[in-house]
Amino acid sequence: MSTIALNTSSAVGKAAAGNAEAPVRIAVRNLNFYYGDFRSLKDINLDFYDRQVTALIGPSGCGKSTLLRTFNRIYSLYPEQRADGEILLDGQNVLSQNIDVNELRARVGMVFQKPTPFPMSIYDNIAFGIKLYERLPKSELDGRVEEALRKAALWDEAKDKLRQSGMSLSGGQQQRLCIARTIAQKPEVILLDEPTSALDPISTGKIEELIEQLRSEFTIVIVTHNMQQAARISQFTAFMYLGELVEFGPTTKMFMNPAKKQTQDYITGRFG
Amino acid sequence: MMDTVLQHRLATEPTTAPAPWGRVRRSRHVADRALKIICTLFTVLGAFVLGWILLMLLVEGIGGLSPAVFTETTPGPGTQGGGIANAIVGSLILTVLGIVVATPVGVLAGTFLAEYGKGSKLAEVIRFVNDILLAAPSILIGLFVYMLMVQPMGGYSGWAGGVALAIIAVPVIVRTTEDMLRLVPGSLREAGAALGAPMSTVIIKISWKAARAGMVTGVLLATARIAGETAPLLFTALNNNFWFSPTLMGGVANLPVMIFQFALSPYENWRELAWAGALIITMSILALSIVARLLLRKDKVR
Repeated sequence: MSTIALNTSSAVGKAAAGNAEAPVRIAVRNLNFYYGDFRSLKDINLDFYDRQVTALIGPSGCGKSTLLRTFNRIYSLYPEQRADGEILLDGQNVLSQNIDVNELRARVGMVFQKPTPFPMSIYDNIAFGIKLYERLPKSELDGRVEEALRKAALWDEAKDKLRQSGMSLSGGQQQRLCIARTIAQKPEVILLDEPTSALDPISTGKIEELIEQLRSEFTIVIVTHNMQQAARISQFTAFMYLGELVEFGPTTKMFMNPAKKQTQDYITGRFG
Repeated sequence: MMDTVLQHRLATEPTTAPAPWGRVRRSRHVADRALKIICTLFTVLGAFVLGWILLMLLVEGIGGLSPAVFTETTPGPGTQGGGIANAIVGSLILTVLGIVVATPVGVLAGTFLAEYGKGSKLAEVIRFVNDILLAAPSILIGLFVYMLMVQPMGGYSGWAGGVALAIIAVPVIVRTTEDMLRLVPGSLREAGAALGAPMSTVIIKISWKAARAGMVTGVLLATARIAGETAPLLFTALNNNFWFSPTLMGGVANLPVMIFQFALSPYENWRELAWAGALIITMSILALSIVARLLLRKDKVR
């Protein structure tokens, strides 16, 4: 699987192949995306490696969030949006009509820019996602909730107020609650859409640490506006501009020695 | 930095001179003050009329209140004393009946408009019809239910009255439900869907929960609205000077129509009872509205 995926398409894949020993988890092939008549992603080919953090960077409107939103087909909530091409998750095309989107979304979790705690208790916020797909006895459910909160580094702060509303937490805690809610479902891939842009520096630091830890279990794709953040937490970086993938490679190479001038200009702050 | 800016300003005085004081025309101050006075005046006028109505009700109504009002049935013509117990109980039954019928219809239709019908032609038509229904003359709804139920069933009944009140309440509930669900941020729905929840689960467990206080308030306000409706009952529940049948067939005593009939009567005790009934109904509606407001406020604080 991985060798096939790596050999297809562009210099982009090959650049990564040198350093990537991890198998490919998601392979994007000839992906186009449309908002009505407007084509906002143009022929994207890109691989995401197993248990690696891949950062999507680029100026506003370049299509990085759009790309992220195709992986769990969350865009299909809006009838005027559509995608064509292939997104292979472990070889399965998730854009195919045969895929059950709800099952897909349980496999591919997503955390949004603004924290979105549900109007229910901290405990129920996490149990909500688990209960959708598993019927567990109470004791086991308790265990899963605790496990998720521990992994999201929120347990110590939340263990004494599990019955309190999720909205009562601070912004940074709310975002960790959303991450806990996502990992409680035991997904394979986690999509993060600018998860720290609404948070203060300390909360941001905590989330970044958390992402670093989660990498051992999950394949992570993160959209970020913050170039230092991409450099700090990702192993691979994809630079997008005007709906096209400009360059993809190991993060160190992208930041130290990018192949394209456009990438260089963006990373050094000359535009964007 | 500041200094250089200042020096620069001083050096180029003629072109960067500050605007002179007194540029604002006097007429603007006058207009500003005039608008404020006019707005205040009309607010006071509105509040004054409302206060007057309430005061008149209190003065006239409290005199008519006595234990008998709550225990005895409405008196016949020419008799002394009597109460309005049958009308109070009848009104309660009719209002509850109306709201029990209207709530599921209204909440589910409002949910359709806000959640499923986004951008659909059908939803637009329903919303338009609902707005018309919201403003429909209530006497018309009474006549409609007369044709629909009273005629086929062979007589007036509490059931027909309940349905007529429900038709008044439905558009109110549809509207508030839709409005409240629209206030639920789309990001919350996306977050639910992103966990793999089907739309029905997102609506029931997330949207309804987030909009709960507002939706309950809508139902309470609809209750307050129909509790005082008279016209839809004239052709449906009619009225009754006695305890009505437990099957609710035949006329069912109720406060609004009782007030209408008794207030126009030549009998002193009837008119007194009409005032007492008006006071009771107004206070109940006031209490409901206050509860509705408290619910909304509590939700905002949280």
